[in-house]
Amino acid sequence: MIRFLINGLFRDKSRSRLPIIVVAIGVMLTVFMNAYITGFMGDTIEMNARFTHGHLKVMTRAYAENEGQVPNDLAMTEVTSLKEELTSRFPELDWAARIQFGGLVDVPDEKGETRSQGPAAGMGVDLLSPESREAGRLNITESIVRGRMVQNPGEALLAEQFSQKLGVDPGDEVTLIGSTMHGSMSMYNFIVAGTVSFGAEALDRGSIIVDIEDARHALDMDDAAGELVGLFDAGFYDDERALEIAQAFNSAFVGDDDLFAPVMKTLKQQGSMGQLVKMLDVWSVYIIAVFIIAMALVLWNAGLLGGLRRYGEFGVRLAMGEEKSHLYRTLIYESVFIGIAGAIIGTAIGLFFAALVQKYGFNISGMMEGSAMMYPSAIRTRITPADYYIGFIPGLFSTVVGAMLAGIGIYKRKTSQLFKELEA
Amino acid sequence: MDNNAIIQIRELTKSFPMGKSAFTALSDINLSLGKGEFTGLIGPSGSGKTTLLNIVGSLDTPTSGEAWVLNQSVGRLTAREAAQLRKESLGFIFQSYNLLVVHTVFENVEFPLLLLKIGAAERRKMVMDALEWVGLTDKVRSKPPQLSGGECQRVAIARAMVKRPSLVLADEPTANLDAANSHHILQTMVKLNEELKTTFLFATHDEKVIGYLRRKIYLLDGKVAQDEWVKVDQTEK
Repeated sequence: MIRFLINGLFRDKSRSRLPIIVVAIGVMLTVFMNAYITGFMGDTIEMNARFTHGHLKVMTRAYAENEGQVPNDLAMTEVTSLKEELTSRFPELDWAARIQFGGLVDVPDEKGETRSQGPAAGMGVDLLSPESREAGRLNITESIVRGRMVQNPGEALLAEQFSQKLGVDPGDEVTLIGSTMHGSMSMYNFIVAGTVSFGAEALDRGSIIVDIEDARHALDMDDAAGELVGLFDAGFYDDERALEIAQAFNSAFVGDDDLFAPVMKTLKQQGSMGQLVKMLDVWSVYIIAVFIIAMALVLWNAGLLGGLRRYGEFGVRLAMGEEKSHLYRTLIYESVFIGIAGAIIGTAIGLFFAALVQKYGFNISGMMEGSAMMYPSAIRTRITPADYYIGFIPGLFSTVVGAMLAGIGIYKRKTSQLFKELEA
Repeated sequence: MDNNAIIQIRELTKSFPMGKSAFTALSDINLSLGKGEFTGLIGPSGSGKTTLLNIVGSLDTPTSGEAWVLNQSVGRLTAREAAQLRKESLGFIFQSYNLLVVHTVFENVEFPLLLLKIGAAERRKMVMDALEWVGLTDKVRSKPPQLSGGECQRVAIARAMVKRPSLVLADEPTANLDAANSHHILQTMVKLNEELKTTFLFATHDEKVIGYLRRKIYLLDGKVAQDEWVKVDQTEK
């Protein structure tokens, strides 16, 4: 019977071609969109995690409440011991102290007068300790446009875009004007070792990156840091585990009213990242649901038209003794075949386009100008194992639902009218 | 009830609702058909031929009375049992062939055997036998659009006969055929009737068909007007 049905499908193009095309298009879009979401959203989340939020972050409660203002006067002290404790308790994460700071970068001329200046968003990270993984994590070496990596204390990296704006070249001296942890004015000179471009508008606009010890000297933050970020060694965010760790850490400070007591937050609990992570989780489901509904409606209509065209065939099959339930089931079998065929074709095409975008990407830096959030400047898809099967869900489900809806008419057919209908 | 009869009909009435009243298509029909009969229901349009064929074919049920087909009361069968009866024991031949156009001659004839879940090797043999009966073994791979009207109807006969049913119901089987093809078809059916002892019941008003019948049941206004047996030598052409 299966061979009989498949022969019918192959030979009757109107029975198979349109539904397979519809399914293939829907599946292709599903696969591509899933790869796009995984790529773009995943890159965005990981980029934000690596540069600012970490997978987990420890701050003082007061700092956490005003995190957007980067209030270093509320930063943690005795960070070395806290970091050791975190490394010991949660070894699956790599913990790193960071100092985010704001300030003005002043560029003097040969007479020491201001040649140019601009507001900067600074970051003090551990660039000089041999055991530090920060440079690799932030992809700094690969992001250097001109000059070289920071190799000595007193050196800084400037965002390429920022350096162009200020007219600064590697080897030039710049002055960071800011405020210390205790509220006094601070001025600290750096030699620009190189310029970097991270491919994220929010970072490339006005970043200055220095070694954390230099930041501590500049901002008078001895053994202090605004935040301690932890990133899973596995390389990706695990919300469930992150939540467990945060709860375990925070439970020790329940009932403590100290505003400077440390608090640990997961990536999802920071700013709008929670929404972003949730969006990543639910978008695939939404996309699949949308394609299932849209394709099922189209295939339902295609099935209804097919049912009208095959009215005589169904009639003669019923007359020959095929039960209505069997006839209905054969329509479902046909739809399963169409769903599988369409899903295979759609998945192949979807993966092809996803692979192209994964390799070449779309440049969207122009769209991200002024964005406070870190987005990658190029959209790249990311093909994951899920992309090889995810299209089969809407592909099969919509064809089967479409066939089930269209096939209901079989049960309304009156056998007593068959002779008359078949003579028509 | 006569257990040897293929069809037994007792006081059968069939009415259809027409607004607030009812239209009686068949009234007080009493008939009995034995194994191997070559019988026709003859009458003008509206006389009740197709309605009676529907009931005998377990496609419809009587309003009152009984219709026994192969010892099963059609009126008491569930839809599934009625389908089972058609699938196993009845063959249908239609005026307009009703072949499955995307399938080959072989597949069209094979289809009733697929419903009966007969094994592939046996199925193939049965299909080839049926095509040999109707002289179409050279058209196995052809599709209905490639065949003439006469050939299509011969395929329909092979499809109806392939499972060797006890009863074949044919509704105006020659209406779409010219005289030569009609005679060819009818001769094929007579041959199958004689060789396989299959009972044939026609609904017709075609003189060519009537000429081959061995029993003629005339219906008029839903009643049996005349039930006439024909001597065999009268029908031989």
